[in-house]
Amino acid sequence: MILLESLTKLFPGQATPAVDRLSLEVPAGQTCVLIGPSGCGKTTTMKMINRLVEPTGGRIVLAGEDVTGMDPVALRRRMGYVIQQIGLFPHLTIGENIATVPRLLGWPAPRIGARVDELLTLVGMDPAIHRARYPRELSGGQRQRVGVARALAGDPPVMLMDEPFGAIDPITRLRLQNEFLRILRTIRKTVVFVTHDVDEAIKMGDRIAILRDGRLVQYGTPDDILAHPANGFVEEFVGADRALKRLDLVTVREVMQADSGAPTLPAGASIRHDATAKEALSAMLAMDQEGLRVVDANGRLVGLVSLSGIRRLIAGTTTLPA
Amino acid sequence: MVEAAWAYLLSHPKLFRDALVTHLTLSGCALAIATILAAPLGIILSRSPRAALVAINAANVARTVPSLAVLAIMLPILGTGFAPSLVALTLLAIPPILINAYVGIRQVDPDAIESAVGMGMTRLQVMARIELPVALPVISAGVRTAAVQVVAGATLAAFIGGGGLGDFITSGIALMQLPLLLVGAVPIALLAVGTELLFHLLERTLTPRGMRPGSS
Amino acid sequence: MQWALTHLDDIGWATWEHAVLVSVSVAVAFLISFAVAIWASRQPRVYPPIMGITALLYTIPSLALFALLIPLVGLGRVPAIIGLVAYSLLILIRNIATGLREVPADVVEAALGMGMGPWQLLLTIEMPLAMPVIIAGLRIATVTVIGIATIAAYINAGGLGTLIFTGIAQDFPAKIVVGAGLASGMAVGADAGLSRLERRLRARRAA
Ligand SMILES: Nc1ncnc2c1ncn2[C@@H]1O[C@H](COP(=O)(O)OP(=O)(O)O)[C@@H](O)[C@H]1O
Ligand SMILES: [Mg+2]
Repeated sequence: MILLESLTKLFPGQATPAVDRLSLEVPAGQTCVLIGPSGCGKTTTMKMINRLVEPTGGRIVLAGEDVTGMDPVALRRRMGYVIQQIGLFPHLTIGENIATVPRLLGWPAPRIGARVDELLTLVGMDPAIHRARYPRELSGGQRQRVGVARALAGDPPVMLMDEPFGAIDPITRLRLQNEFLRILRTIRKTVVFVTHDVDEAIKMGDRIAILRDGRLVQYGTPDDILAHPANGFVEEFVGADRALKRLDLVTVREVMQADSGAPTLPAGASIRHDATAKEALSAMLAMDQEGLRVVDANGRLVGLVSLSGIRRLIAGTTTLPA
Repeated sequence: MVEAAWAYLLSHPKLFRDALVTHLTLSGCALAIATILAAPLGIILSRSPRAALVAINAANVARTVPSLAVLAIMLPILGTGFAPSLVALTLLAIPPILINAYVGIRQVDPDAIESAVGMGMTRLQVMARIELPVALPVISAGVRTAAVQVVAGATLAAFIGGGGLGDFITSGIALMQLPLLLVGAVPIALLAVGTELLFHLLERTLTPRGMRPGSS
Repeated sequence: MQWALTHLDDIGWATWEHAVLVSVSVAVAFLISFAVAIWASRQPRVYPPIMGITALLYTIPSLALFALLIPLVGLGRVPAIIGLVAYSLLILIRNIATGLREVPADVVEAALGMGMGPWQLLLTIEMPLAMPVIIAGLRIATVTVIGIATIAAYINAGGLGTLIFTGIAQDFPAKIVVGAGLASGMAVGADAGLSRLERRLRARRAA
């Protein structure tokens, strides 16, 4: 869907490129997270995709079409764009902010009105209450929701999100992440998501691209990157607790074994099959048990998860203290 | 003395009306010309930092030049009458409008502009839909400052034969006729205060609801 | 311009008179404003009406204000100084009050906690911290007064306006140019000098 080929940006007057021969492919409907230390070129890469920054080398192909040949204005209307500072228009109501792209696209008024209400509901805000409010009357979390809704308004196939939840308190951030994941399950989008938070990258990304000094260091699934860091930089970047982080990516269902009776387990020692391996481990440690019964949504016994099963999962991921 | 002033007013209605009309015409024309020239210029300057540095500094210096100096200096250049007064008052009105137009556009949140461009607005759309509406309160505050200054400055047009309500004061002082002073001074004061209030109202009207102080 | 060279003493005298008129007016206005601003900082309710009245005074065109003062105090320096003081009040009171209000509450609390009395607090803590804003007010007021003082010559207060008005009356361009030029130069110079002082104070406070 989005293909970056040897993408390069050398800002005038600078010795080294901000983005250096970056090549990666984001399949349609997937979320690609760009992550790396501050100044590694994440924002520049993102802005080249919607041509707020013109590349000095390489090319960007969007759905088979070279972006550099396209009218930037038309291109941008096919891409939702969310930035950390949100940039809501202070003189327009929440409804008018969200209606921006539909208006630019010339939709009829009733369709715009319906779309605004649909999106406000989607991001968990009551249209009747919020449609006519102004940005300054909202909390930071609400503003960012409106920012996301505004970017989704024209139903663009691509979403570009530059640290969208970066300036929000941790609890609200968690909630927005979950909501956005839920939204992505209902409306499939190809997303390029920038963050500098490893946990957010693991949570949001189908694929993670790790950048350093404008270069791609590793590109893979979250599990792939946690299990097999390409080098010391990645290993350090994802953190010494990467083994534990992996446990967050796996559900109990994936590590359980068939039910073998397990008569020794006490009555309360059970866990739902859609819990994470980390939650199972935590429960086992808390109950001082070597294993747990796995039950489905209806409480039926479907298998057994054991400490040794989890240990096998993270074998090879362990990090020795430096 | 107040009665004497009132009596003078009633016995010279045409004289007073002419002075008032001259005063208003002079002020209105100067303000209109200055706005048409300076507001677009300030907006253009917000696009070119190098030219803006020079122009805004010049405007800031020009702003400190006394009104009387600007009017008086017209005399050797353009002579006396309405036209030199109009030129002088226009010059007086330009700096505040220019500076506020520039500042008004510059203070628009760059993130809002980036969002607008990123959403696919053309440069013209960004200007018309985001920058201008957001800057309008600041721009109109500049016009208000200029308007009050021009109405006051028009009083001084009397010194260079430009006419207006200042004529009553200069004759009042020359003839030491105190009622005449009132005939000039009271309407001038009311006119200035009225201008201030009128433009304040305009400024409020032009401020988008989401940006009005204390309306949340 | 031959005239200027042969009348340097007249020009010098007019400039001196102008400077004295401005200095006296701004000094008187500063003392009044300071007292009023302190009063308003202790008694916040009086602040809005004070701002209303001084804003009204500020809006009245100077020639009209001088004309209105003539029946009360006649011609000369007295009405001139009254008028010039009246124009300075809005800016000075506003800036002094703002400066004092912007002193961080924790700094004030710390000073009070160390046992400072209200006057000590004002003189050693609040005033120095508020100084850049106060100087900014002083700058705007001074520049305004330099300009308006030229008009005061019309009510016999002397100063650089005298050159301008005699130039107009005698159709003598050199006098107009010298008077207007010196008045402008004085305003621009005061603006530059006081803004440099203001910047220095800000820089020192930031350091
Ligand atoms: N407009 C610009 N002009 C010059 N250099 C820039 C510009 N924008 C970004 N850079 C430089 O490019 C590098 C990458 O910046 P950026 O993409 O913003 O990093 P990130 O988003 O990963 O923190 C930095 O060294 C930054 O200083
Ligand atoms: Mg960035």
